[in-house]
Amino acid sequence: MVERALPEAAVMATPLAEPAIARRRFAGLLAVFREPRVVFAGGFLLVLLLAAIFAPLVAPHDPLEQDLMLNTLPPAWSADAEPGYVLGTDSLGRDVLSRLIYGTRVAFTVAIVAALAAGLIGTLLGLLSGYFGGWVDAVVSRLIDIWMAFPPVLLSILLVAVIGTGVTSVILAIVVIDWTRFCRVVRSETLQQAKMEYVDAAVTLGTGRGKILLKEVLPNVLPVVVVLLSLEMGIAVIVEAVLSFVGLSVSSDTPTWGGMIAEGRQIIYQAWWVLVFPLVLLTATVLAFNQLGDGVRRLTDPVLRR
Amino acid sequence: MMVPAPLLAIDGLSARLRAPPHRPLLRSVCLDVREGEVHGLVGESGAGKSTIGKAVLGILPRAIEPCGGTIRLSGTDLLGLSPARLDAVLGTEIALIPQDPMTALNPSRRIFDQLTDGLRLKRRLRGQALRDKAVALLQDVQIPDPEAVLRRYPHEISGGMRQRILIAAAFSLDPKLIIADEPTTALDVTVQKEVLRLIRKMQRSHGTGVVFVTHDLGVVAQVCDRLTVLYGGMVVEQGETAAILAAPSHPYTRALLDATPRHDRTGSGMRPIPPQVAAALQAELARYGMGPGAHV
Repeated sequence: MVERALPEAAVMATPLAEPAIARRRFAGLLAVFREPRVVFAGGFLLVLLLAAIFAPLVAPHDPLEQDLMLNTLPPAWSADAEPGYVLGTDSLGRDVLSRLIYGTRVAFTVAIVAALAAGLIGTLLGLLSGYFGGWVDAVVSRLIDIWMAFPPVLLSILLVAVIGTGVTSVILAIVVIDWTRFCRVVRSETLQQAKMEYVDAAVTLGTGRGKILLKEVLPNVLPVVVVLLSLEMGIAVIVEAVLSFVGLSVSSDTPTWGGMIAEGRQIIYQAWWVLVFPLVLLTATVLAFNQLGDGVRRLTDPVLRR
Repeated sequence: MMVPAPLLAIDGLSARLRAPPHRPLLRSVCLDVREGEVHGLVGESGAGKSTIGKAVLGILPRAIEPCGGTIRLSGTDLLGLSPARLDAVLGTEIALIPQDPMTALNPSRRIFDQLTDGLRLKRRLRGQALRDKAVALLQDVQIPDPEAVLRRYPHEISGGMRQRILIAAAFSLDPKLIIADEPTTALDVTVQKEVLRLIRKMQRSHGTGVVFVTHDLGVVAQVCDRLTVLYGGMVVEQGETAAILAAPSHPYTRALLDATPRHDRTGSGMRPIPPQVAAALQAELARYGMGPGAHV
């Protein structure tokens, strides 16, 4: 063995200068704006969210105000359009644009609350199941297997039919069905994390299991949960639309996208706009949630990050 | 010369897979680590060297269960301790230097938080006292500009520096025994030498006993006072490092030495373990498998 003395300084990497670190952290924040998916999808959803919150200020008409004299007016760019009704009116003379804006309220309430609740339950069970294993894991995993065997839309219709209609029921139905999405992913991520040496290192310090789960595992699982939340919001919007399409969501005097689609379907040959506009908005919203999730995943995934 | 009482005494330790047919992984392993001594555990992959280290630390994977023997640290049997009592011993009396500095630091926590976990948990240090201690620890392992390093995340510093931080963390509670699980395997050769020198220096100044797990006989020659050679979960040779490396008595040790590439012995190249040695070992294991190891 040849002993060759190397100067200490040559072996130890010189730490980065402090300003460089600061700049990199700032660049990390700016990176959000370099991911077009996040900018466009996020921007679109933000506009919808604001429209939902300030619906009474934004909507040109009362969404429930009927005027049979003004029924099935075409959108503003047609020849026989009436000024003030940008996207036309439905068969009862209600303003389509205003109804769309108010419909956003139900859609976003359901999307946000249901996704958060499902995420919370799924993440919690996934963490416990992945970290503790044994009978906890066996119970949770079998529960998921059973859950996955039910067709989700049918199950949600069944659930709402049993517990009654209303926003709360719709949210409950989505949470009860979709916590498994979070649970499965979080469980497998936790399994990965639990194998990491820093978890072993924490155990060899005598750190409590709960503390390890919260401080060592959860922060590394969180990015995935955020991505799933975004996807789940898209799914929740669809489920809510399906339930209001079949008349199992909120009462019929509250405008919903699904309800508008159901009404529009009946007069598709006389007034296509009543069907098409909510359909387009619904599709765009779900697409935006999916793209936002994908963009966030790209931002947080070190392999995809340039 | 009086032989000092052992700090760590592993006596007849056996371990096996939890699932039937309970393949044995350790077969009646005995070894002593004296205070202030570096004890090398050498063997090829699957020889059980890491399993011994993990058994001492109580972090055996769920699939493996100890099935006999004792692990005594200063007289206390670690295998018989309740989880709460074991938690008290861990960190303060035994610490770990992990293998891979890339996965041994949590990517989402700052160096300061990870370095001081033990001090906060076991010494209840807070605030400025904690900060001062952290800076002192990094100075001990020769990290320049410790204040800045403490604020960083693991991905912002080099592999060699991470391993120094892990060493600092292991020594932070002044344990009596440190399990170093292949601490230099993931590092390149130049950094490796620095890290070895550092472990040796820290160990001498703290008077810590070290169990040094490695497959690299070159590393063993540099840092270990004594040495245990393992094969198939069984101790094949044990003794002073210099004596064993100079005159290995067991054919497996000899084969292992021959398989180590050395530049002062040109032309030897890599040689596999001779088939007759492997056959003899397998026969020995098979004979053992019929004995207590398989049925405990």
